[in-house]
Amino acid sequence: MLHLYSKNGINIVLDVESGSVHVLEPTAYELCRLINSACEGDDAVKVCTPESVFSCSSCPAEIKNVLVSDFIFDPENIEEAFSELKSLYEDELLFAERDYEINLPDDYPIKALCLHISHDCNLRCKYCFAEGGDFGHGRKNMPFEVAKRAIDFVIERSGTRHNLEVDFFGGEPLLNFDVVKKTVEYARSIEKQHNKYFRFTITTNGILLNDDVAEYINREMSNVVLSLDGRKEINDSVRYDVAGNGSYDRIVPKFKKLVKNRAGKDYYVRGTFTARNLDFASDVEHIRSLGFDQVSVEPVVLDKNDPLAIKEEHLDRIFSEYDRLTDKMAQIHDKGEFFNFFHFMIDLDQGPCVVKRVKGCGCGTEYVAITPDGDIFPCHRFAGMDDFKLGNVMESFDTKRELVDYFKKSTVLNKPVCEKCWAKYYCSGGCAANNYNCHGDILKPHEISCEMERKRIECAVYLKAYAAVNEE
Amino acid sequence: MKQVKTLVKKTLKKSACKGGCGECQTSCQSACKTSCTVANQKCENEARK
Repeated sequence: MLHLYSKNGINIVLDVESGSVHVLEPTAYELCRLINSACEGDDAVKVCTPESVFSCSSCPAEIKNVLVSDFIFDPENIEEAFSELKSLYEDELLFAERDYEINLPDDYPIKALCLHISHDCNLRCKYCFAEGGDFGHGRKNMPFEVAKRAIDFVIERSGTRHNLEVDFFGGEPLLNFDVVKKTVEYARSIEKQHNKYFRFTITTNGILLNDDVAEYINREMSNVVLSLDGRKEINDSVRYDVAGNGSYDRIVPKFKKLVKNRAGKDYYVRGTFTARNLDFASDVEHIRSLGFDQVSVEPVVLDKNDPLAIKEEHLDRIFSEYDRLTDKMAQIHDKGEFFNFFHFMIDLDQGPCVVKRVKGCGCGTEYVAITPDGDIFPCHRFAGMDDFKLGNVMESFDTKRELVDYFKKSTVLNKPVCEKCWAKYYCSGGCAANNYNCHGDILKPHEISCEMERKRIECAVYLKAYAAVNEE
Repeated sequence: MKQVKTLVKKTLKKSACKGGCGECQTSCQSACKTSCTVANQKCENEARK
């Protein structure tokens, strides 16, 4: 399977099953596109197979004639392009088939926790999927005893995995910061004896940040996610406190100070865009103008009837914003400056292995969320949904077999729609919670999310191609 | 080649041999908490490097 697209004069071909990526000159691109259409059987050229086409010593006349008559390409150039594409095909870099097994384990160790250290929040963000921070189950903080059991749980259930992850999440985790610190201290005190290494991360709205908290986060947390939606008027229209006061002025100076002292460690300033700011590239630019160079701005997740929800009719505008952002990123690259937009990060050469690419985020198998009461859910997005409760760490370290088996099925190999999608090894079949909330089935992808993900992948690969072409 | 610039060769098949160690970061622990994004995660399998 191929995916071909052109952007700003750069012609890109993704060979899906091999993972190869090529940039083609116009003649080779049109030739490749015609061969692909012919093999897919959706064009005027007669249906054929890559094997039948590339078994020819020269470009088949039916294809060559189209290129000469419709595109006015030079016949010699066509033959040169054909020869080069044939070489790619013979090296299994074009029209490759998957001729190997992807061996997924029967049982997954649990290696990552989203620890809901507080189901309370000092903001009332308009789009909060956690229903104002309490996930619909009352405002409460996680007692240390529960957090301690959660650490014991992940150690016991992690098998031979060495790297373990704990994200302090909420609600707002700084509302229960003492328990955060005690949990880190406890995990560090026992990790060596179990041959484990904990990586801690925290996601905060910043309201309660102060110098001591920031110093602690910068010392102990391998990554920190700082919530800010961009321009002040955008942020404050959706991120406000109980009294309705926007958060921007209170958090931006604190975020700047924290990042200044981060000493190279990972961080993200993370925003959400909604139907209200479809010009979200301006919010990314605004965040950059504040001095932040690691940014993620993501589409909101809401019921389709919510006025802030992203709908199908917004997609064209969203795509043009991703294009605008891509062009801006290319300009930043040209200046030799660093700026990282989370959704445009892609490691074509040494990225995740194919096993990870088919199983995705690992929710319900490798990754679980634990609530203040100790309830175990497949991930933070399922927290509070009683049908998805896997267990409770205060009662037992077991997880409900049939639910784990259900989530084990959540790979691109088990999603018929994904199997036919060129983006399957980049997106891994989408967010199980989005899929469930939209279709009542974690195996049926949420189409609007798919559309946006495909666009982001195109932009990300384009930026790699742009850099490679401009290096020459 | 004159008309083709290959940015990356067949990485997926190669990764199937030594992949699946599971030491890499869970995608939702990095920044995305709402939009599953995997291809941008770092591989932490020393045997693959």
